[in-house]
Amino acid sequence: MNYFLTEEQQMIKDLAAKIAVEKAVPLVAELDEKEEFPWEVMKTLASSDLFGVYLPEEYGGFGGGVFELCLVTEELSKVCCGMGVCYAASALGTLPILLFGNDAQKQKYLPDIAAGKKLAAFGLTEANAGSDAGAVATTAVRDGESYVLNGTKQWITNAGEAEVYTVIALTDKSKGIRGASVFIVEKDTPGFTFGKKEKKMGIRCSATRELIFQDCRIPKENIIGREGMGFIVAMKTLDRARPGVASQGVGLAQGALDHATRYSRERVQFGQAISSFQAIQHMLADMAAQTEAARALTYAAARMIDSGDDNISREAAMSKLFATDVCMRVTTDAVQIFGGYGYMREYPVEKMMRDAKILQIYEGTNQIQRNVIGLALIKESAKKK
Amino acid sequence: MNIIVCIKQVPDTGSVKIDPTTNTLIRSGVPSIINPFDLNAVEAGLSLKDEYGGRVNVITMGPPQAEEALRNTIAMGADNACLLSDRAFAGADTLATSYTLSMAVKKIGDFDLILCGKQAIDGDTAQVGPELAEILGIPQVTNVSKLIEVKETTIVVEKELEDGCEIVEVERPCLLTVTKQVNNPRIPSLKNSMRAKKAEIPVWKAADIDADEARIGLKGSATQVVKIFEPLKRTDSRILQGDVDEMMTELVGELRKRV
Ligand SMILES: Cc1cc2nc3c(=O)[nH]c(=O)nc-3n(C[C@H](O)[C@H](O)[C@H](O)COP(=O)(O)OP(=O)(O)OC[C@H]3O[C@@H](n4cnc5c(N)ncnc54)[C@H](O)[C@@H]3O)c2cc1C
Ligand SMILES: Cc1cc2nc3c(=O)[nH]c(=O)nc-3n(C[C@H](O)[C@H](O)[C@H](O)COP(=O)(O)OP(=O)(O)OC[C@H]3O[C@@H](n4cnc5c(N)ncnc54)[C@H](O)[C@@H]3O)c2cc1C
Repeated sequence: MNYFLTEEQQMIKDLAAKIAVEKAVPLVAELDEKEEFPWEVMKTLASSDLFGVYLPEEYGGFGGGVFELCLVTEELSKVCCGMGVCYAASALGTLPILLFGNDAQKQKYLPDIAAGKKLAAFGLTEANAGSDAGAVATTAVRDGESYVLNGTKQWITNAGEAEVYTVIALTDKSKGIRGASVFIVEKDTPGFTFGKKEKKMGIRCSATRELIFQDCRIPKENIIGREGMGFIVAMKTLDRARPGVASQGVGLAQGALDHATRYSRERVQFGQAISSFQAIQHMLADMAAQTEAARALTYAAARMIDSGDDNISREAAMSKLFATDVCMRVTTDAVQIFGGYGYMREYPVEKMMRDAKILQIYEGTNQIQRNVIGLALIKESAKKK
Repeated sequence: MNIIVCIKQVPDTGSVKIDPTTNTLIRSGVPSIINPFDLNAVEAGLSLKDEYGGRVNVITMGPPQAEEALRNTIAMGADNACLLSDRAFAGADTLATSYTLSMAVKKIGDFDLILCGKQAIDGDTAQVGPELAEILGIPQVTNVSKLIEVKETTIVVEKELEDGCEIVEVERPCLLTVTKQVNNPRIPSLKNSMRAKKAEIPVWKAADIDADEARIGLKGSATQVVKIFEPLKRTDSRILQGDVDEMMTELVGELRKRV
């Protein structure tokens, strides 16, 4: 389908595809097996300027937006969703600075992030605060010129690898989530350490670890926005990042579909290629139609966000929900088309099905996305009356 | 360090077929790529520039479409590129090609180093680099697999031999032809890709480089291809199967029959 990309967008997509095919593909299976961070691919993305596609030119970026971010994420995820998330999670960690940071903070952090010299990460989730983000218990207490952080963030993507962390902590416990604020914490700050690397089902080349804060003292200038703005910052960040997760789903689904289509033409049973069976053709047709629909919705949501519209929660949630549910189905069907071979690690679709599952869980489970959409529908309907 | 890289646009390997009636390459529908070894030459130039400064200038002789190949090298980071394209260049063999390139190099003037790929994957002669060095009267090292050190007036490189390596120190200006081992060509950057899209690529004709008409194109070619053909596929081969001892006996029997 033609999405009428501009010349620049096409260039970004082509470059990302080239990196995915030439640099990433040879490493995919090995890094999954070894659970090793894809630094080589990240460095190539950096030297090709792709970490800056969504950042303003004045901070060393390319001046694009969420749409450009989605294009790169999709191409990477076509070959490895784990690499896709390493890239996209850095953007997630950067968005609070981009959206709510002051000029000094932007000047200080964005150019290195745009150049890919530093990765970022986003720390919201805790052991007792998953879907219920309002239950965060990490605290930040003002002490003179500093804030002192205490608490533990759980399952943070890029933890240990990133240099810049945006972290949600309570500055006023008595107000609950209305007393939350967001802080920039740099790696190697005393009192800031990482938990062990989690062993995961999928996206195994990505790093998922705890952020542990023990009397971690950071300059008071590192607060993003004002005290108490934390929840708003986190929610607006997630709204803008969701099409990024959707494009992981679109890319991964497309990759699985491509493998399944190719395989179906090669595999012979009953004296003919299995692609000659209508049962297989129909499965491929459904996979293709759903993937394309997911892509169209994702691109539309991303473009809506880039247009400057502020009322985007519902569309962002729809893209994440739809594209990741599609991705789970499509990767499962790809394994089905591969038959027993699809279940084996020597073939790529086994990993793809493992990778797909996380997309329905992180950055808000798909149940939470439905809550967001449902609430928006009801609000809108109530307004009309 | 001012570096000139000579590249060639070639048909993508694997997709080339020979027309059995005319014995020529069937080029229509075959995508063109930069000769893979030439990408290593471009990368070698760019990495020397990254380390020591200077400029990388890329040249190619070819049809107007070869401009695309030059743009790709700008996307990788080359500073300039120019295309040598003229009907009068058509039909050039390696001698006429290297003469033409030598005249372009003279027009560019000031240079410390010329880099070429070790050979082109379509013609496979490995002659243009060495001939160019000879015409220019500069030293050359072929099959360079490693750039070791740039000194005041020389460069130290490792050269691949059939059964080993040789380390050579050579006076600059000189010409090197490089193998795949020398580096991994970089992926273009977005900024350079944008620059490449807009770059002015001058086209030099025979007159622009003061080329002697008798030494270019078909006229300047000392060799002529009489025929290109695919080697006949042997149809009388047989694969032996079964027990090793049985196969050995059968093989020895077959060989005896033929001696
Ligand atoms: C690999 C990985 C990487 C991650 N990376 C990051 C990161 O970089 N930064 C970060 O902050 N977090 C990250 N997370 C955390 C992730 O966002 C959470 O796991 C997610 O929000 C769900 O929270 P939970 O796991 O605690 O599940 P729970 O909230 O305990 O949910 C359990 C189940 O209950 C359902 N449920 C919960 N509440 C409701 C409700 N109100 N209505 C209906 N159903 C409900 C959920 O949908 C789910 O099915 C990551 C997680 C993983 C596994
Ligand atoms: C972990 C594991 C354990 C196993 N254990 C055993 C065992 O103990 N003993 C044993 O004998 N085998 C075993 N198998 C083999 C298993 O039974 C086969 O994998 C299974 O029968 C499918 O065959 P296939 O993998 O060759 O897939 P294929 O037959 O190649 O099928 C590929 C796809 O084409 C579809 N397809 C094929 N033909 C048609 C058709 N005519 N119409 C429509 N769709 C069609 C299939 O449904 C599938 O989606 C095992 C396999 C695995 C993965």
